[in-house]
Amino acid sequence: MNGQKVIRRLLSTTSRFNALQTPRATDSTDVLIVGAGPAGLAAAIRIKQLKSDLRVVVLEKGGEVGSHILSGCVLEPTALYDLLGKDLSTYSSKYGCGEPPLGVKAGRSEMVWLTGDTSSMIPGQRAIRIPHPPQMNNKGNFIISLSAFTRWLGRVAEEHYGVEVYPGFAGAGVVYSDESTEDSPWVEWGGKWGKQVTGVNIPPDNQHPQVPRVLGVLTNDVGISKSYTPNSTYTPGLFFQSKLTLLAEGAHGSLSKSIIAKFSLRKESEPQTYGFGIKEVWSVNEGHIPGKIIHTLGFPLDKNTYGGGWIYHMDNNLISLGLVVGVDWENPYKSPYKDFQMMKHHPFIRSLLSPSTSNRLAYGARTLTEGGLQSLPLLHFPGGALIGDSAGTVNVAKIKGVHTAMGTGILAANAATEALSSNSNSLSTYTSSFLTSPIHSELYSIRNLRPSFHFPSFTKHHLGVLGGILYSGIDSLFLKGRTPWTFRHTQNEEERKQSVDSAPSLDSLRTKPTSVTNPIQYPPFEPPLSTDLLTSLSLTDTFHEEDQPEHLRLLTLPEAKIGVNLSEIRLEDEGEEESPSTSTSTTPDSQSQPSRSQHRQNHVRINLSHYAGLLERACPAGVYEYVEDTSSPSPPSKNETENHPQENEDENKSSWKNKKLVINAQNCIHCKLCDIKVPSQDITWSVPEGGGGPKYTIT
Amino acid sequence: MRPSPARLLNILVPVKRAVDYAVKIRVNPQQTGVDLNVKHSMNPFDEIAVEEAVRIRERLPKGSEPINITALTIGPPKSIETLRTALAMGADTAIHVEIPESAPAPEPLGVAKAIRAIIEKHKDKEGVDMVILGKQSIDDDLGQTGQMIAGLLGWGQATYASKIDLNLEQKNAVVTREIDGGLEQVRVKFPMIITTDLRLNEPRYASLPNIMKAKKKPVTKLTPADLGVSFEPQMEILKVTEPPKRVGGAKVESVDELVEKLKAAGFNAV
Repeated sequence: MNGQKVIRRLLSTTSRFNALQTPRATDSTDVLIVGAGPAGLAAAIRIKQLKSDLRVVVLEKGGEVGSHILSGCVLEPTALYDLLGKDLSTYSSKYGCGEPPLGVKAGRSEMVWLTGDTSSMIPGQRAIRIPHPPQMNNKGNFIISLSAFTRWLGRVAEEHYGVEVYPGFAGAGVVYSDESTEDSPWVEWGGKWGKQVTGVNIPPDNQHPQVPRVLGVLTNDVGISKSYTPNSTYTPGLFFQSKLTLLAEGAHGSLSKSIIAKFSLRKESEPQTYGFGIKEVWSVNEGHIPGKIIHTLGFPLDKNTYGGGWIYHMDNNLISLGLVVGVDWENPYKSPYKDFQMMKHHPFIRSLLSPSTSNRLAYGARTLTEGGLQSLPLLHFPGGALIGDSAGTVNVAKIKGVHTAMGTGILAANAATEALSSNSNSLSTYTSSFLTSPIHSELYSIRNLRPSFHFPSFTKHHLGVLGGILYSGIDSLFLKGRTPWTFRHTQNEEERKQSVDSAPSLDSLRTKPTSVTNPIQYPPFEPPLSTDLLTSLSLTDTFHEEDQPEHLRLLTLPEAKIGVNLSEIRLEDEGEEESPSTSTSTTPDSQSQPSRSQHRQNHVRINLSHYAGLLERACPAGVYEYVEDTSSPSPPSKNETENHPQENEDENKSSWKNKKLVINAQNCIHCKLCDIKVPSQDITWSVPEGGGGPKYTIT
Repeated sequence: MRPSPARLLNILVPVKRAVDYAVKIRVNPQQTGVDLNVKHSMNPFDEIAVEEAVRIRERLPKGSEPINITALTIGPPKSIETLRTALAMGADTAIHVEIPESAPAPEPLGVAKAIRAIIEKHKDKEGVDMVILGKQSIDDDLGQTGQMIAGLLGWGQATYASKIDLNLEQKNAVVTREIDGGLEQVRVKFPMIITTDLRLNEPRYASLPNIMKAKKKPVTKLTPADLGVSFEPQMEILKVTEPPKRVGGAKVESVDELVEKLKAAGFNAV
């Protein structure tokens, strides 16, 4: 046990444990895909269809394929037909994985406006039918459970196509080459990406220093305790070298963030903007109309908040319902979880969920991308590309993203197979093919709808979302996006430049401080229709191994060191007898105690003095709590002059005015909202030990 | 059933695919069982058994004859995942007794008879010296299989093991058992059945390289007919319900009030 020997040596030295310095096993593959969602699996399958002898490996942080994914979900099957054939009745015999779980055919769609008072959060009585935009016509679509669909797609990939899928192993770090000898992708795309895709027309700066390439991915370490020391089960993650790496982590992926920043992929784009979706699945014995699709506007969202609800009647007497809220909400007192629970109090929904005939089965939440074309980063980098929501291809008008995610997976797979046969590591052809693809045209036609909801002039004249609805109505019905203008999410170039990397996120900048906002009084829950958060959370079956470092790190992206250079890691056959060097580069795991406490104290100060502890209200899993610090205080001056970190004084240094932050990392359901919305922008979500997290099955 | 000269020890580890321990289970609408449309994984006590078998191998002095660890499961096609996990943790080979997806879960007596049949099949080849399995599975909590195998084969058994000390020269083992009163030590001769309790060890994570190697390890597929056993259920489950919901309690201020409330609830002084 090589690792064990090294651990004993590590523990005997006085330097702190540096996980990166433990020799780790390596493996290599032709293509590595991070994330077994629709985009990742579609890409994997397509590569195998084109060249079956290529080695394709898919890493998935969930315990099973499908455990970490949820969506409405109404599936537009175009990309599925592209990938596996148009005749669904042949799938079972062709692929040997049973009938594809396509639920029910989409039936009638309607859109209703729910009345209600959003200052008291008391619903009204009426649900007014309103016309819906043509994009929301669902003929030919299916209402599915995305978790079940992905699970089936994963089986097809593994059992029929021979893709290696490894659930329970997260992509924890990106490995870059030490030397920067590659051309930056901006050499070819400077000035073009902004002009042709995002509408961000900034003059190209022609300054393109050479960049490194992505060599592969590190899987997560296991067996590191809460205090960052290795325990008896410690095994460092594997270094998976790959010729090409595709990131399919979904919205706000952790490795994607590192790569976007490293290669400045958003240089000619708007920052990403997000929606936050909360969902429940109920079994309903009365009033179930399979195939019925309802979208709601109005209550519980006020006229300044973008978003809406849905009710989809699935198969097996199941109903999927939920609420999506634009993450750029302004009032820090808002709780999207409570908004959703209140929405169920509206008679239109309450009547469907009576306790005697219905039963809640599932709950979950996830952020999704809303920025559209304007926020798309450049899609490729030396050694790989971004696909699916890691890039951000959701069509907000249709409220669908699975078909576009799979579509980008297919395009990237085509380019990857070609690149491998010509020994290139550039997926520039993927980016070019995107420009001429139906995905691009689709996203182009609806690009102005989302930004129209936040026109300063609409807000000034108190039109709010109504103004957006008006504009969107005209654009989607008549103009169909054929306008010379492309609206932006940001208000000026300065705002854009500030947010192009992941932090500070544009959505977090839109939060207003408590000095100008009012607390919201939510009425009490009415179980079993609406319940407190922890009762809902128990339905996710989320679980993480207790004794591990908090994966929600109070660190900025550079500090979190998600990307490392090849020379910073040690590989197993590099000579076992070497003693671990007391490397001067510190990983965040060996960050000194005073600075970790300082971060925490700063965080508490900002969040409590100006934002009333926003995360406590926003997190759908109850991870964050701001509580009284009950440990005894020591004189402040002693702390400040102290050089050596002392365990028993740590608590005090990390609290502010006797309040401290508690992170219940075990509850996390991997939605990524905190990373995006925290006002102090000091939380970097990173992967926990693989296999942890929710266990969605029917969401 | 003696260890043959080629190998020092042959260990059989039966494992069961059960509902994952972290899942919140729900009774199905027909009240005949639990909703099984949830994540499954290896029974945690069986994980401990696999881990112990691997540790037995690691504890052998260097240069000893190799031992063979065979994982075994009885279940639908999906159960092969459980065998792959056992192989990734360090088992050498695996046996999958496949039953149809729709078949009811096998009962302990059926499982014990199947294991007896497998051991008798091996008698002509290398024989099985030790069967180590979990003390109970977390879905039915029956805790019978290990004891039944011992009964059917006439072997010694050491159940609820929290420590195992093998003595290969003397061909026996001293096993510490967890019992209600504390700990009990027994000496049991080869061939033996051991069932594992929680404190025996902490199972290792299967690392990715080991999972990949596990795909290449051989898995023998068998049907119940090959073994001459039937998994026809002997028990009929009449009803499954959730425990009654807990109603709130109330605090009383004085002894008199307590007596009042007890009288009102129908408790009278004798």
